[in-house]
Amino acid sequence: MRARRWGGAMAVLALLAIWTPVRAQTLVADLSSHLIAITTGFTGTDVVLFGAIDQPGDVAVVIEGPETSQTVRRKDRIAGIWINNETLKFSHVPGFYGVASNKPLDALLPPAVAQRHEIGLDHVRMLPRADADATTVAEFRSALIRNKQREGLYGTEVGEVVFLGQRLFRTSISFPANVPIGLYTVSVYLIRDQDVVGAQTTPLAVSKIGFSADIFDFAQHDGLIYGLMGVLLAVGAGWLAGTVFRKG
Amino acid sequence: MQIYLPIAEMSVNVFWVLGLGAMVGFLSGLFGVGGGFLMTPLLIFIGVPPAVAVGTQANQLVGAGVSGVMYHWRKRNVDVKLGLVMQAGGIVGTVLGVMLFGMLQRLGHIDLVISLSYVIFLGGISGLMLMESVRALFRGRRKGATRGKLHHHTWLHGLPFKMRFPRSRLYISVLLPVGIGFIGGVLVAIMGIGGGFLLVPAMIYILGMPTTLVAGTSLLQIILTTGVAAVLQAATNHTVDILLALMLLVGGVLGAQMGSRASGYLKGEQARALLALTVLGVAVKLAVDLVLTPDDLYSITTTAGPK
Repeated sequence: MRARRWGGAMAVLALLAIWTPVRAQTLVADLSSHLIAITTGFTGTDVVLFGAIDQPGDVAVVIEGPETSQTVRRKDRIAGIWINNETLKFSHVPGFYGVASNKPLDALLPPAVAQRHEIGLDHVRMLPRADADATTVAEFRSALIRNKQREGLYGTEVGEVVFLGQRLFRTSISFPANVPIGLYTVSVYLIRDQDVVGAQTTPLAVSKIGFSADIFDFAQHDGLIYGLMGVLLAVGAGWLAGTVFRKG
Repeated sequence: MQIYLPIAEMSVNVFWVLGLGAMVGFLSGLFGVGGGFLMTPLLIFIGVPPAVAVGTQANQLVGAGVSGVMYHWRKRNVDVKLGLVMQAGGIVGTVLGVMLFGMLQRLGHIDLVISLSYVIFLGGISGLMLMESVRALFRGRRKGATRGKLHHHTWLHGLPFKMRFPRSRLYISVLLPVGIGFIGGVLVAIMGIGGGFLLVPAMIYILGMPTTLVAGTSLLQIILTTGVAAVLQAATNHTVDILLALMLLVGGVLGAQMGSRASGYLKGEQARALLALTVLGVAVKLAVDLVLTPDDLYSITTTAGPK
């Protein structure tokens, strides 16, 4: 299995070598798996990313989940109790965000470059929908990130990319049990002299598989029948218990 | 042993959830209430999204209610006619409640409304019940002596559309049970509770029903309203997690059976005082949470794209 994956990586490497002959810096990376299957026993998982560069450099990895819209609400004290008051909507917010690098990010890249490539929590793309002023946006933006971190969907710290020798590197990406389903992109950046000199993007699918997927699809597509079945099941269970305990 | 809940989209410990179901089921059997007022806040507390907690809870209450009613049925403690009349109001209330729930969810005030409803309804009713039952306990009166005085003649008895309920020995306006059922229906949809804590005292104090019939009859009405609510929530909001409901059920029905049996050892006033204390505890906790400064003033909701 592993041999086949490495073989695949070598094939990609060979392809890249053919297709980008003018490019001096080459970067190849792949994941240990391109599919995270959410089954009934799913409690979260790790995916290993590995790769190689042809000349010494630094590497940063960014994992972005499917885009969502998020509504951020702030509570204010009104008549003694805390009530949701001010609201700001953000669109194009990644449902999951993680970043890893082999050195601290601020040592690798100036903010402008990090911003351009959306590397680091300070540079996650999210577009505020209302015409809010900059201070409000900053406030709600950091609240959004804080909430996502609490849910375990945004990394609280920069992960570690480990170099094995000068060329080979690897990192491990953790996904919690509540990971949103959809298509993810894993972007690997080759960094040299405070600038991004090469990049590669690999897709990663997170999808419900098997029994839990069947239930989810059933509930989404035939809500009424699903609801009726649920009630029947409940009646059955209640009746069964009532009958079993009759003798006592 | 962890299991992934497909609708709640989270992983939970099976034994934890079973235990939760059993504990709440025991109380529900003991007091003749659905126990939703405890279960919904507990589910939200362990991380189940509020909307899923409410929808799933409606489904699991059906099962808990069925086994409870079967127990009371054998003891001939169910007034079917009264239960069905209450149900007429219950269905209308549930439909309106599910619509209201969706509206409040879009406005971002559903959590506040759930909390406030709990504080107002649970706090108010449990306070009244507690006062009443403490008074009864201290007087040490026998049951026979109080029953006659439960039936005062007020304006409630002047309402039109009177109907006889032979099982409960009542001759009252249909509007009363229908109205009580209606409020119960709204609560099922919004708070994810059967409304037993409200129905039980309302049936005792407003309808003047014999206390022995109250638990069975309120459970009958709860089965039907929660059944309608569960189907509607599943069809419109997709918020019923069958796996979670099943686990809560297995724990819940076992607990409810034991609770129903244990209820035989409690006097009416004692049971009511205990129920009132439990409910009051939940209400006070929620009231404190509303007033205390939250850890984070900001909250987020996914409004589009995968959750």
